[in-house]
Formats: sequence, C-alpha cells, structure tokens
Amino acid sequence: MNGSNVKRELKIDSATVVLGIETSCDETAAALVMGGNDVLSSVVASQLEVHARFGGVVPEIASRAHLEAITPVIDEAVSKSGLSFDRVDAVAATVGPGLVGALLVGVAAAKSLALTLDVPFVGVNHLEAHLYAAMLDDPNVEFPMLVLLVSGGHTMLVEVRKPGVYQIVGQTRDDAAGEAFDKVARYLDLGYPGGPAIDALAKTGDAKAIDFPRAMMHDGLDVSFSGLKTAVINYVRKNSDAKTNDIVASFQKAVVDVLVAKTMQAAENLGAKTVALGGGVAANSLLRSEATRACERRDFRLVLPSLAMCTDNAAMIASAGWHRLQLSGESSLDAGAYPNLGLTVASV
Amino acid sequence: MIVLAIDTSTDAVSVAINNSKQLLASAHVTSDRRHAELLAPMISNVCAQADVSMREVDVVAVDIGPGLFTGMRVGIASAKTISQVLGVPIVGVSSLDILARSVTTTERVVLSTIDARRGELYWAMYRNDIGLSIEVKPPRVGTLDECVVDIVDRGQETLIVGNGALRYRQKLSEMFETTGLSIEWASEQLAQPSAAVLALIAAELALLEQWQSATELQALYLRAPDAEINWEQRVKS
Ligand SMILES: [Zn+2]
Repeated sequence: MNGSNVKRELKIDSATVVLGIETSCDETAAALVMGGNDVLSSVVASQLEVHARFGGVVPEIASRAHLEAITPVIDEAVSKSGLSFDRVDAVAATVGPGLVGALLVGVAAAKSLALTLDVPFVGVNHLEAHLYAAMLDDPNVEFPMLVLLVSGGHTMLVEVRKPGVYQIVGQTRDDAAGEAFDKVARYLDLGYPGGPAIDALAKTGDAKAIDFPRAMMHDGLDVSFSGLKTAVINYVRKNSDAKTNDIVASFQKAVVDVLVAKTMQAAENLGAKTVALGGGVAANSLLRSEATRACERRDFRLVLPSLAMCTDNAAMIASAGWHRLQLSGESSLDAGAYPNLGLTVASV
Repeated sequence: MIVLAIDTSTDAVSVAINNSKQLLASAHVTSDRRHAELLAPMISNVCAQADVSMREVDVVAVDIGPGLFTGMRVGIASAKTISQVLGVPIVGVSSLDILARSVTTTERVVLSTIDARRGELYWAMYRNDIGLSIEVKPPRVGTLDECVVDIVDRGQETLIVGNGALRYRQKLSEMFETTGLSIEWASEQLAQPSAAVLALIAAELALLEQWQSATELQALYLRAPDAEINWEQRVKS
C-alpha cells in the first residue's frame, strides 16, 4: 500500500512526534508520543457504560460513540501534551483488526489530520501495537521477548526477536481468555465487563474449592477455554448451593494456570530474555502475581505494563506508528479498515 | 471565503470547493462502500484542482445525514477533524436539504428522499421561494405508505427527488395513481446529494454565521441502533 502519494523524506528519530488514534473496539483514544516511547499524553474515553446493559460491545453503538468522542479526545491529547498540532510529525491510526465501523471513524479522522497538517499517515496493526505497549513502560527491554497477549478478543503467545520481527507461536483454538471471563460472569450475573468483577470476587473465594479442567495443558502452545466455560456452567447447574466466590476463584485459577504454564513453555523454547504481558486480561491481579512468581523462578525478566498500557490506548498506536515509519515508511491515504487483519501481516 | 464540502451519506463520495461566489473544483464518485479509501485522496485532488491549500480553507461543510451510517460517519469524522486542526467553523447540512436545493426552479412541493433500506425511506418536504428551498415538513423515517400519506395530506403537486424514492419508483407511481395527485420525478442525476450544492448552501449559512464547532456538530441518524430498538421492546413487554 505504500507508494502512490508518498512525497517526502521524513527522518524518524528521537524527536519525532507521532499522534496516535485508536477506535478499534469500545475505547476512543488519542495520544502524542515522541521518539517512539516518550508518552507526552494519552487520553482514553471508555464506552463501557453505553454497552453495559447489552452485556457486550454493540458495533453500531460503538461507532456512534466514537464519532461523538473523537474530536474532544484528540483536543485533550494535544492540549495535555503541551504541544500544538504544528509540532505533530506524523499521524498513526489503528486500521485493524477490530469492528469495521468503529475503525473507520479513527482512520478517517487520522487521514484528515495528516492531510490537513501535510504530514505522513501510517496505518497500525492493533495487535502489533499491544507488543509495543510493553516497551512503552520499559524502553530497555532485551530481546528476544515473549509476549502473552490476552484480551476479550485475543489470546496469543508471540515471539518478538526485535521490533517489527515477530511470530505467533500459540493461540486460542476457541474463546479468547477475556471472552471466557465475560461469558462466565454473564452466566453468574456478575455484570459486564466480566474480568474486573471476577478478579474482585475471586479474592474472597477459595481457588482450590473446585478442580476445573486445564485444557491442552501438555499439548503444544495453543490454548482452549470453551471447555472450561462449559465445565463452570455444568458445575453450577449440578451444585446450586456452591458459593459464587469459590466458583470464580477456581475458574480464574484454571485460566491463569494454563496461561502461565504455556507462557513459560514458550519463553523457554525461545530462550527469551524478557517476558511481557499485554491486553486487557493482563490487568488480572492473579495473572500478574503468578506470572511474576513463575518468571522469578526461571530468571526471566518480566515486563508488566501499567494497567493503562495493558488495556486499549493510543500511546501504543503512536509508538507502533513510529516503529512502522522507521521499518516500512508511511501508508497511502487510500488506506481503509481491515477488520480481520492478522498479526502475521506485519506491514499494512 | 473558501468552503470545503464533503458528502458521503449515500453510496457516492462527493467533494467540492467554492470561494462563496463560484465553484472552484469538485469530484463525485460512486463508491461501493469505499468511502474511507476514496475520501482523503479526493479531498487532496480537489484542493489541487482548485489551487487551494488545506490551510486556506475558511469553512468546512459536511452532509450530516440521514443516509448510510458508516458512510456518513467517514465524512463527518473527516470534516470534524479538518475543522478542528484548522480552527475553522463547520457547517452541517442534512442530505435531504441538499437534495431539495438541487431542484429550486420547480413550482411544486419538493419531496426529498434518501434510501433507508429495509423497505423504508428518509424524507422531508420543501417549497421553493426566491431561489431558496424552505422546509415545510421535517425529516423522518418510515414506510412507503407513510410517505404517500404525508404527500396526500399536503395535497399539492409534488416533485420527488433522491435515491430513496427512485429505488421504489414503480411501486410509488402505482400508489400515487389511485390518489389522483400530480407527481413529477426529478432527474436520476440528482439521485445522490452533491458536494457542489452543499458548498453553495454552506457558503450562504456561513455568511449568517450559522455554523458550529467540530465538537458540537452531530450526525442526523433518524433511526436508533437495532440493539437499542430491540432492548426497548424487551423492556416494554
Ligand atoms: Zn486490544
């Protein structure tokens, strides 16, 4: 896609300011990042409330909310950075994967920004951006790095040999981990989103109370959560007197056991120097503590991004955009949205 | 005063620039749902044709709908952002107003229509006066039957314009035959709102400072998201 209207030689260096825009799901976000890792501002407008009564993200409602939020969010990101639009050297936006109508609001805004400022536009892969989020909080990560990317939409293990060079070595065969949290929470009437609700309630329960299955534990690096979800539902049907906090604590432990075991296996295979977590489920407190313990035991340096960098944000988009500009240059202004974009497509 | 006008509310992408006296350049492409891909390069090309740089734009105009939800959002998000970066006002005009303005020479009442899919239309009614079109019936969404009832209620000779009615031309013609009302159809070339007409309307509104900030401007959907409609029905029952 590079080519048709590429018109300038831009030097991408530590002073280059990229404005990033993220609208792939239910967060409208904008950020200014200098030199790929210096976050000058990062603003996230969450739509959680407008989707909560539906128990999940409704694409048309998300698109409408993005259109209403996009201007104030960009305004706030620019003003919080202390810079003006004129200091922006390039504009990056998520082009996929995600909800097409939601993505298009951010892509349209970003391309118009780039066109008006006469600076490069660069399309960013949302999953690739999550890999850079780890480095945003800790710019001195050593490679190779193994990233566990877990969210409501994705569960994957990614080997990162250096920026821009990565490979998926394991992923979910069915539900994403965050999806399993949401579905179990919905079944138990714990509200939406399920992750934080289960995390909080599990703290009061006994994680050893119920022995839920750990699927594919010794079977390669792929994972599966749909069987676990079914096991929880069957258990609740048969044991109406079971305590909800014990159920969710045991369920959460089963998810975390599988994720941590597979991550350690992948990191050992790779000979990783660094292990990093990313995605919304990386905010889960049990996953964070168990991963910390497991990495200490094996001498992997663990990068645990702040909660703000785990969940969707635009700082990681701006950072990925900076790397993309360096690696493959700007994108054409006729870029669209690519809802099914995979991580193997490193360049868009 | 340089006006940049953007229209993506139907399956066309339309861009125009005028200097409030005359049209400087315009482009109109039927897009087959490629609004986002086409729009930015078209803005760039139309600016070049008009020999206007983006920084010279004084007012941004945009079709706020009703129309294709995803399409219109591409245009509105772009227009909002251009207005925001340049720090210039934005003028939002409905797709039905733009269609009506394209037939100001008729003496008839104008029925402006946009295809709302699912067998429904968006429509509004206008009458012409001293070269302007004045809304006499506000925009709404409904079935063909409801639309015909609106026109019959008005009881005047009518000119129909827009891609909504055109899609159901045969059916609507049959429905009107029994009413005895005189109906005329505008040219098919006027089926989609055009940015050139939008730029003209916006230049007039801008003279009166009838504009908004990028944050204030809102889309005109006329139809709630399906999930909300279903949810409200569930709550009621
Ligand atoms: Zn994400």
